[in-house]
Amino acid sequence: MSKIYYLPSHEYVKVDGDIALVGISEYAASQLGAVTYVDVPEEGDELAAGDEFGAIESRKAASDLFSPVSGEVIEVNEELADNPRLINNAPLDAWIIKVKMSDPAELDGLMDESAYAEFCKKQH
Amino acid sequence: MENQLKETCLNGCHRSLGATMVPFAGYDMPVEYSGLDAEHTAVRTRCGLFDVSHMGEIKISGPQATEFVDHIFTGHAAAMNIGQALYGMMTNAEGGIVDDLLVYRLAAQEWLLVINAANIDKDIAWVARQLKDYDVTLSDCCADYGQIALQGPDSERLLAEALGIDGSDLGFYTFKTLADGTIVSRTGYTGEDGFEIYSTPGIIVQMWERLIAAGVEPCGLGCRDTLRFEAGLPLYGNELADDISPLEAGLGMFVALDKPGGFIGCDALRAQKAEGLKRRLVGLEIEGGATARHGFEVLDLDGAVVGHVTTGYNSLTLGRNIAMALVDARYATLGTSLQVRIRRRTVPATVIKKRFYTPNYKK
Repeated sequence: MSKIYYLPSHEYVKVDGDIALVGISEYAASQLGAVTYVDVPEEGDELAAGDEFGAIESRKAASDLFSPVSGEVIEVNEELADNPRLINNAPLDAWIIKVKMSDPAELDGLMDESAYAEFCKKQH
Repeated sequence: MENQLKETCLNGCHRSLGATMVPFAGYDMPVEYSGLDAEHTAVRTRCGLFDVSHMGEIKISGPQATEFVDHIFTGHAAAMNIGQALYGMMTNAEGGIVDDLLVYRLAAQEWLLVINAANIDKDIAWVARQLKDYDVTLSDCCADYGQIALQGPDSERLLAEALGIDGSDLGFYTFKTLADGTIVSRTGYTGEDGFEIYSTPGIIVQMWERLIAAGVEPCGLGCRDTLRFEAGLPLYGNELADDISPLEAGLGMFVALDKPGGFIGCDALRAQKAEGLKRRLVGLEIEGGATARHGFEVLDLDGAVVGHVTTGYNSLTLGRNIAMALVDARYATLGTSLQVRIRRRTVPATVIKKRFYTPNYKK
């Protein structure tokens, strides 16, 4: 059973064992509007928690993406190259990178689902 | 310290329509309502309504008003008819652009100048400094006018149906003044046919509500920018600045270098033309999916910086990534291969015409 956590910059991380899927939240996807491009790292890149790992673009803006966790990028979601709008259709399924976490204890510092819902309410 | 944002007369209308509001040029302005893409498409295919009340209005009147406008403006004011509007620039002594603006000839010696919101204070100070030898009066009318822009192929019909105003007699860049003082002008900033309407805040709010009730799409600053960009229209602060000349920006057709008496900056621009331009504004087509945005570096094929992107979008109408960029004139020829730095990557780009979309103006 996977668990989900969020950063204040609206990335989510879905965790199953030491494998983490990182994407952007439903709130962030709706704020961006139609996604036109996702700039992704290379497989094999090492990330530290808080590192910028790419960017997501809509007609309105480009937003940097930050990794919630440390570890190695073991897979990049190739489907997004041809169809970036998957992120609008189902942001929680359209993960951007898969990371093998080196320090799962970092998750303790992130917002869980209810804390993030409260956080989004305060954005208006 | 954050300054208090100013509000236009339509602020309540935007909020009741659920607009996303952002600070722009000191005003609390709507960036989108239903969404940028839907609003953009509405203007290209039907009709959209913009609040542009943040734009500044100044009036020049008095015995030497026309002579004075010709002194500060790149276009030839004395050659204009009453009821005519003209786009042009105010330039400084070095030929840089103080602002781009519309001038309206209201009467033989009465002019309305419509200036960018972000430049209102600078422009009024600039114009006031040029007054000394002229018998004219400068009036700041920013608070007297609200302004809306009705843009898109259905504009003329909706102007008649929703507001009872016949615009069919207005040609492109002409205007008329109604009995209540409302100015209806066949101008715009979208590359489509349309009207810009200036009136008292009270009348503007009524007009807005009637047009929205008639089904016109409310449109925010987001699509105002994508629409003007596709039509190759410049934005002050991006394509235009105090240190960029109208010739460099490709606006030579709006600069009357040969008009009698010249204008402030005329000598510098004549010299620039004679010596050859060092920089030019070009269009770029960017390869791949990433968008080149304002400020990104433009490189030659060896990686040397030769300019910067002034505006870039993934164009909704064209479905491609395009940009305007100010580059070293040696790289401005159509078809030139360049590169753009987008975050960590360098991406191939080709110089193309910067009017990406062919405007549909009423002639």
